Amino acid sequence: MSLIYLDNNATTKVAPEVLEAMMPYFKEEYANPSSIYEFAKNSNHAVRDARGVIKDFINAGNEKEIIFTSCGSESANTAIQGVLNMNKNKRHIITTKVEHPCVLNLYQTLEKQGYKVDYIGVNSNGELDLAQLEEAINYDTALVSVMYANNETGVIFPIEKISEIIKSKNKETKFFVDAVQVAGKIPIDVQAAGIDLLGISGHKFHAPKGVGALYVNSKTLITPLIIGGHQERGKRAGTENVPYIVGMAKAAELASDSLKYELSEVKRLRDKLESGILKKVFNARVNTAISNRVPNTTNIGFEYIEGELILLHLSDLGICASSGSACTSGSLEPSHVLRAMNVPFTAIHGSIRWSLSRYTTEKEIDYVLDVLPGIINKITALSPYQDELENLKKLRS
Amino acid sequence: MWDYSEKVMDHYRNPRNVGKIDNADAIGEAGSLACGDSLKIYLKIENGIVTDAKFQTFGCGSAVASSSILTEMIIGKTVEEVKKITNKDIADQLGGLPPEKMHCSVMGYEALEDALGNYDNLTDLDELRNEKTAEKIVCTCFNVTENMIWDAIKQNGLRTVEDITNYTKAGGACGKCKGLIQDIIDTYYKKEESEAQKSTLSPAQKILKINNIIETQISPELRKDGGDITLVDIDGNKVLVKLRGKCSGCKNSHLTLKAFVESTLRETVDKNIDVIEVA
Ligand SMILES: Cc1ncc(COP(=O)(O)O)c(C=O)c1O
Ligand code: FES
Repeated sequence: MSLIYLDNNATTKVAPEVLEAMMPYFKEEYANPSSIYEFAKNSNHAVRDARGVIKDFINAGNEKEIIFTSCGSESANTAIQGVLNMNKNKRHIITTKVEHPCVLNLYQTLEKQGYKVDYIGVNSNGELDLAQLEEAINYDTALVSVMYANNETGVIFPIEKISEIIKSKNKETKFFVDAVQVAGKIPIDVQAAGIDLLGISGHKFHAPKGVGALYVNSKTLITPLIIGGHQERGKRAGTENVPYIVGMAKAAELASDSLKYELSEVKRLRDKLESGILKKVFNARVNTAISNRVPNTTNIGFEYIEGELILLHLSDLGICASSGSACTSGSLEPSHVLRAMNVPFTAIHGSIRWSLSRYTTEKEIDYVLDVLPGIINKITALSPYQDELENLKKLRS
Repeated sequence: MWDYSEKVMDHYRNPRNVGKIDNADAIGEAGSLACGDSLKIYLKIENGIVTDAKFQTFGCGSAVASSSILTEMIIGKTVEEVKKITNKDIADQLGGLPPEKMHCSVMGYEALEDALGNYDNLTDLDELRNEKTAEKIVCTCFNVTENMIWDAIKQNGLRTVEDITNYTKAGGACGKCKGLIQDIIDTYYKKEESEAQKSTLSPAQKILKINNIIETQISPELRKDGGDITLVDIDGNKVLVKLRGKCSGCKNSHLTLKAFVESTLRETVDKNIDVIEVA
């Protein structure tokens, strides 16, 4: 049984070129980049070069604006707490209802510490309510924090427009963007988009898990989260994880080279999967079909059946996807993102996120389209909601 | 990734007894679409024996496995035997469930209980429904009642709010019911403790206590209706009594004994007490 991996928003496979680029820094080039002797030159330069690559990857103005971190969560935590610490007189934060838990849980903690946090909602297509956002910004707003694209639906938020709104209302308010789900999928230009801070994570674009980066523009001051040595210009202590930083830079180069492929070929396969499922499965509904999504993601709800069971049957055939259903996560509530979108409760527990990568093949998509209807039929036959399903079938045919 | 047992995997891959029984003698339901899992179970009962059982489940792998194995466990058993099945039996039959998934076995138990309740009360279905809605809801997010939590504690020896969440889902969403759940746990174990104390009474203490309860609590009540009771003998947990006056020969005397005298003594002295009337 071969593996069909359609869960690339959770993590991706390490590109072979990336692993190869990393190997010397595990083997020969193990020097601490801060050391003084000649032996440290290669590892020192490797980190320096990687910083340049990441700078170009997001079109930052200067290498000094790039901080290497251990993951997307650390990037977000550093950005958010760093900005708030430098602006102690401001106590108001704006974010969205559909952020990643690494951001949402931090804001809930900050609320307990006395911050006022406004959570901006989305419509049924998963699009942000910009009027509500504009309304919320005031003189006390220290930070606006919006993800670039949502990990469950792939919906891209209008970052440039949001930046304009923020600057028109309060020039001192900082703008943090969690770009973990767009890096490597669409081009990022932090200068054109007017972003103050932006976080990415290597393992979402074919680097290994455990390395990330944070962009902090030169006009924005932050305190470090990890206090210690002078590394990363005092913004993040800890000896640089040289092989992983090298790996992430290699992955960024590869991703830049294949952006065109993402936007054409990966998108074509995603659309094929999406329309194929909708055509073949009567109780399927796409949870948002708008065109402004990252090209690799679709989220499809199967009505009157539960998501974990779908995933288990897919897994038996070697197919990996993920679900917004509560049952897979150990939490008891279904996805906060789908709930914020008001996805009907007939479909929310049976929603599956499919996320492709440039390694996904047409053959794999065809195979999924071949076997999925059978799986769904089998599970649908177990459902206690046969009358409702019968009505739905009539309605959709 | 869940560590499901082979048995669980077998049952969600090849669920047994799926479907509906058209002229079922009892139907039970648990859970709801909004909560993320629900189960309907259909029973055919002939001469007090479950001759067929089928199920329909909306839920995860362990929910389907729990329903499927439950139907296997009950077919061929008497209603009395089936009544004794607990959620723990279901989980054990499956070779165990991950702690976070125990609520799936509880759902199986609840649907079965619902079915048997309906079977016993075929004539009084409406009354039963009213009784059910009148039950106190503790967790509004998942519609979990006090009785459901009580049962889960009793059957599985649960001790923490987290346990309760794993077994019944209560407390797993907004969390505002957690205080109430803690109160129920506290009450349960306080009650259990006082019961344990009761059963450690020496035989002499027990006789004194029973006599005392009859004189101060039971006899005055019976006298109100023009009857009375005397204690004849105590043999272990058997309490022999004589009913007098209006009570003796009254055709409700058996009911009086069972419903009032026995339950009062069980509650206050020992839950294993049997009250027997002697002439
Ligand atoms: C939108 C978003 N932000 C942040 C993260 C966290 O990244 P990491 O796993 O590198 O901490 C993820 C990963 O799941 C994500 O999807
Ligand atoms: S009321 Fe129980 S979790 Fe919300």
